[in-house]
Amino acid sequence: MASTTTWRRSLESVALPMGAVLSALVIFGVFCALAGANPLAVYASIYRAAFGSWSAWQNTLLRASPLMLTALCTALPARLGLVIIGNEGALVLGGLAAVMVGLALGSSLPGGLVLLAMALGSLVAGGLWIMAAGALRHYRGVNETISSLLLNYIAIALMNHLVQGPLRDPAFVSKPSSFEIAPAAWLGNLPATRVHWGLIYGLVASALAYILIQRTTFGFAARTAGGNVRAARIAGLPVGKLTLAVCFLAGSCAGLAGMVEVAAVQKRLNESIVSNYGYAGILVAFVARHNPLATVLVSVLLGGILAAGGILQRSHNLPDATVMVFQGIVFLCVLYSESLYGRFAVFQEREAQAEGAVVAG
Amino acid sequence: MATEALGWWGVPLGILAGTLRGSVPFLLVSLGECLTEKSGKINLGLEGTLLMGAMSAYAVSYLSSGIVGPTLAPWLGVLTAGIAGMGLGAIHGWLSQQPRVNDVAVGIAMIIFGGGLANFFGKPFIQPQAPQLPTLAAGGWSSLPQVQSALQISPLFLLGLAIVPLMSWFFKSTRWGLYVRAVGDSPDAALAMGISIFWVRMAAIVAGSFLAGIGGASLSLFYPGVWTERISSGQGLMAVALVIFARWQPWQCLWASLLFGGAQALGPAFQSVGIDSYYYLFNAAPYILTLVIMIITCSPQRTLTGAPGALGKDS
Repeated sequence: MASTTTWRRSLESVALPMGAVLSALVIFGVFCALAGANPLAVYASIYRAAFGSWSAWQNTLLRASPLMLTALCTALPARLGLVIIGNEGALVLGGLAAVMVGLALGSSLPGGLVLLAMALGSLVAGGLWIMAAGALRHYRGVNETISSLLLNYIAIALMNHLVQGPLRDPAFVSKPSSFEIAPAAWLGNLPATRVHWGLIYGLVASALAYILIQRTTFGFAARTAGGNVRAARIAGLPVGKLTLAVCFLAGSCAGLAGMVEVAAVQKRLNESIVSNYGYAGILVAFVARHNPLATVLVSVLLGGILAAGGILQRSHNLPDATVMVFQGIVFLCVLYSESLYGRFAVFQEREAQAEGAVVAG
Repeated sequence: MATEALGWWGVPLGILAGTLRGSVPFLLVSLGECLTEKSGKINLGLEGTLLMGAMSAYAVSYLSSGIVGPTLAPWLGVLTAGIAGMGLGAIHGWLSQQPRVNDVAVGIAMIIFGGGLANFFGKPFIQPQAPQLPTLAAGGWSSLPQVQSALQISPLFLLGLAIVPLMSWFFKSTRWGLYVRAVGDSPDAALAMGISIFWVRMAAIVAGSFLAGIGGASLSLFYPGVWTERISSGQGLMAVALVIFARWQPWQCLWASLLFGGAQALGPAFQSVGIDSYYYLFNAAPYILTLVIMIITCSPQRTLTGAPGALGKDS
């Protein structure tokens, strides 16, 4: 009997998001039809551009990997009951730290070691940034959502200030940027692909986060404190230390995303690093219900939608903002589906009926 | 640059002009967010509402100018912007009150959705020039053209100024204001009073989004006076910080909007006389200030004074 219950429950947690995505497709189809495009052809184009070929998959994965990392910045603290939205700031600061470490080391060390130092720098910078929001929450009672939002703007201003002044490369004229990091410290691609190593970083970080939250005493303590902070205190859990540690880990994931963007994509630091991967990561985390393995799937889905941007413009004459509309509809539908858990008889009562039938038989 | 001829006097004049222009969207959006948050819900989606308002105001002003004439057309645009805002607000109000749905997450989804809609429908209006709202020349007494151009006041700024005492009075002295405060501070008490929490919050969010939509209209029909895809530049999100800075009081929203608008004018004003090394740090001043004030005034024992009790809690 118990196994039937869990079976139905896991069916529910798969069927509801799937249903939400399907409803979003229908709504988006109506929207496209009103805009004068054939919905079925649009679906086919999105599918082809996102998952239709190996090349399309590579485009999708390229966009998904920073999302996997930034999503963890919201997903981990959420297990502790905190709503952190400082992903963008932690990403920017991670990129800043990576560039500063990379430029400081230059070519004095082998490329691999420079990369390692850059990664460590970004982990620490992003981690401390979000840990500050956690500390303010714990020791001063400052709302972590608002403080982390404010920290985004402060991080972006700090980055802009540094690339305008002290870090600026005067030879690079198109926009104020830092000097370029040495080619030896560029993050390369996975063998025989256009996908850089950031994907592996994202997958490993998500797996580690999953193990940490679901399979360790630390994760259990964090989830307990998230469920009921008073009970956790009575049980003697160090809520303050947990808050600081979880926020540090969360921020370091987003910081690492910044390092990946700098070392694999931009090669130098400028405004382009503020590319909304942080804010998109917040949504990924909420849609994945803060499960670090589900965030991987949702990141790939969103990466696919983002990758389909160009084709709608080229082959259907729709504005490039069409994917933004699609993305918005998908997320609104999935968020709504959250409220439907437990409302469908299919996932609950049939089981009771079946039980009754067995007894009657 | 007008300020060059005036030398150092250009700095205060530039700040004044920038404040008068830049604070209009802040004022309207923050009043909207203030009303929304008083009812106990956060609407981060006002960033999308701002974009949608800017686009629809510009589009309607452009399209209708041939039919109703260039004086009436921008006002029609302002009205449309408010109504478009109400539409987005209704989605947010309904969705964020469903069980287990987080209002922060809905807000961010609404930024993407609203921004996407605005850019989708706004694409054809990036090039054409729409009739702008008239401005009141408060600098007519001066013979200096720089002073005259600096003291152009938008009627939407005056509208915001008029709403400030009205909203303050609404919260303090009216029955409906009491309902909003009750729902925001103590939903249980509101329920006991027989108030529908859902509809009060819905009304507060929709009305707040109306104001935010008008704030968007001030971007595209007053300053900077064009429609581009990045016109809101995060001001809708900043309004959330601003309302906290203002401690959820309409009068303080006014001062805070002037401060935020003025802080944004600091960088360009100093840049015009050759000081540009701290441009971005000046721009970040309001956020640092808000954070510092929160750190000073919060404590683990009590939340920020003036904060609606139910804000940020699951319903």
